[in-house]
Amino acid sequence: MNANNKDHAALADEFNKDEPRVDWHDETLWWVRQKRDRAAAQVADWEVLRDTASRIKDNVLSRLSEYLQHFEAAATANGIVIHWAADAAEHNEIILSLLRQHGVDQMVKSKSMLTEECGLNEFLEEKGVGVVDTDLGERVVQLAGEPPSHIVLPCIHKKKEEIGEIFHEHLGTPAGNADPQFLTHAARLHLREKFLTRRVALTGINFAVAETGEFVVCTNEGNADMGAHLADVHIACMGIEKLIPQRRHLGVFLRLLTRSATGQPITTYSSHFKRPRPGQEMHIVLVDNGRSTHLGRKDFRSSLKCIRCAACFNTCPVYRRSGGHSYHTAVAGPIGSILSPNLDMKKYADLPFASTLCGSCSNVCPVKIDIHEQLYKWRQVIVQEGYAPAGKRAAMRAMNWVLSHPAAYHTAGKTGRWVMAHVPFTVNNGLNVWYKQREMPAAPKQSFGEWYKKNRRDHEQQR
Amino acid sequence: MRVGLFIPCYVDQFYPQVGIATLRLLEKFGCEVVYPPGQTCCGQPMANSGFGHLTQGCNDLFIKNFSSFDYIVAPSGSCVLHIKEHLHGADDAAAAIRSKIYELVEFLTDVLQVQQIDAEFPHKVGLHQSCHGQRGLKLAQMSELMAPPFSKPERLLKLVKGIELVELDRKDECCGFGGTFCVAEEAVSVKMGKDRVADHLRHGAEYITAADMSCLMHLEGILRRQKSPVQVRHIAEILNGRS
Repeated sequence: MNANNKDHAALADEFNKDEPRVDWHDETLWWVRQKRDRAAAQVADWEVLRDTASRIKDNVLSRLSEYLQHFEAAATANGIVIHWAADAAEHNEIILSLLRQHGVDQMVKSKSMLTEECGLNEFLEEKGVGVVDTDLGERVVQLAGEPPSHIVLPCIHKKKEEIGEIFHEHLGTPAGNADPQFLTHAARLHLREKFLTRRVALTGINFAVAETGEFVVCTNEGNADMGAHLADVHIACMGIEKLIPQRRHLGVFLRLLTRSATGQPITTYSSHFKRPRPGQEMHIVLVDNGRSTHLGRKDFRSSLKCIRCAACFNTCPVYRRSGGHSYHTAVAGPIGSILSPNLDMKKYADLPFASTLCGSCSNVCPVKIDIHEQLYKWRQVIVQEGYAPAGKRAAMRAMNWVLSHPAAYHTAGKTGRWVMAHVPFTVNNGLNVWYKQREMPAAPKQSFGEWYKKNRRDHEQQR
Repeated sequence: MRVGLFIPCYVDQFYPQVGIATLRLLEKFGCEVVYPPGQTCCGQPMANSGFGHLTQGCNDLFIKNFSSFDYIVAPSGSCVLHIKEHLHGADDAAAAIRSKIYELVEFLTDVLQVQQIDAEFPHKVGLHQSCHGQRGLKLAQMSELMAPPFSKPERLLKLVKGIELVELDRKDECCGFGGTFCVAEEAVSVKMGKDRVADHLRHGAEYITAADMSCLMHLEGILRRQKSPVQVRHIAEILNGRS
């Protein structure tokens, strides 16, 4: 994902080399956040709805194995074939074997962040299978040879002129034409041919209903439906946490999902799939890939409540100014920063630190995940597991020693305002990073403690 | 009412005038204020960096210094939040401190129930809502929630004669300080700070105020680098009548 092994800070630094672009990215996503605010304000008892969704998901997680078995039984009774994948590799092999069974080496795929998490596209390409992403944004990044930068708006980092160039190169549209309507039409023609000729369609799953064995796929473009309805084989992939107990709970989640995501009342298409149509095969791949482990982490399990709306991305002042690729993982943003360390703590040790802990993410989350508190807790775990840089460890120990000894603190304070040199300006290296773009605070003649001693302590002692 | 004054380490070292303003303000409202000289730091810089396990020394010092007071007050939402959430100890002392420590603004509005303030500040002022005070201590309603608005710092500032509070485009966006984030993620931190500063400048603020000096230290660093005439003032300084 990130060939250079750069961490979030380094990648964010690169992103910030082009400040007007950062402004544009920030303002675009802030506009989505504002749309979300307006949409949420129109729902009476929005906060009650969030609370309800949170409780339903708590219930799901507390009885996950039970609901999964219910779901498997109900879906099987509906004629759907259920597959279980313990990890990404098993998931990818299951998909490949289904394609091979049908003698197919091409398929269409609507948006599924799970398949991004599992690296399915790369795996299938290595095996000679052509995958066409049919979500417009995903198709754009696929043609550009990039991963999505946002789970709901995959090519939000691209300007329309850049998309015009990509289409010119890959789809033969006229050079210099960046008209959104024209480009969308070109994409439609291009994708229509794929929909009509591919015999296997893969989709994600937004909600799977344990009670009925059905599932719901939400898209704005209808591309999941186009794929699934035209193909002989529909494969739907889901993480095991995507369950909800009953169909009526969709009334909670469908109201929250898109308002939180884009500020729309509901997705253009909320498609319910229950059984294969005559002659069609329908498969569901239930994927664990670390989720059971995560469920066992008491402090972090509630992050499995996530419904992938990306409201936390849009509100995050860091995400808006660092871009999705700076997170070097399939699910970026605040939620990705608490999910990814579970998958690979060393590789993603930087992500829980890519936050100011401002707490805005937890407030917009439609299922009330305490995201910023989990960021804090992951920091503790990562340091204790030994994944903090050595320089930072040494600086923290030194700082802590001084701050634990009042006499040392006062002496250090006098000798050149010790705090200025150590807290926290230079913890990541020997240079004064603070000063690069900011003035240092002016050092006063005396600290408050010294002032107090001179002006008040005598007075205190006389009392 | 005996109040223990907790002055965060960076305020002690860089902004003694904020400590002095806090002390005088509390005394104006009749509190007996004592500054325990053995205090250092709440431990937050280490804890937020993932080194919470190192903070036992700061933790124990804090309990030792502040156990004997009726209330503990600090001019910082962030440090107070840290104590409220993380101060720990075997006996009841830590729990008692967690429940009797207040950030200055909420102490004025909720405990002292201040209704009038004898201060004048005839300037256009932008109020920066520091995140830990706002979202952590709930000093003001948060823009993400669909709930009735309120703001304790704004209520106090409106009691100051001559002050004009400016509206902001993003009324509660983080400034990007974030403790060690300010250097570990320098590029994003500075960009966030520049954007906050620009919002205040766009609306004609002559001063930026906040209940947390750490945010203001960061914003001041940017303002001074830009050679802007706009200055920062901790809310205690304005409420205490310094112009």
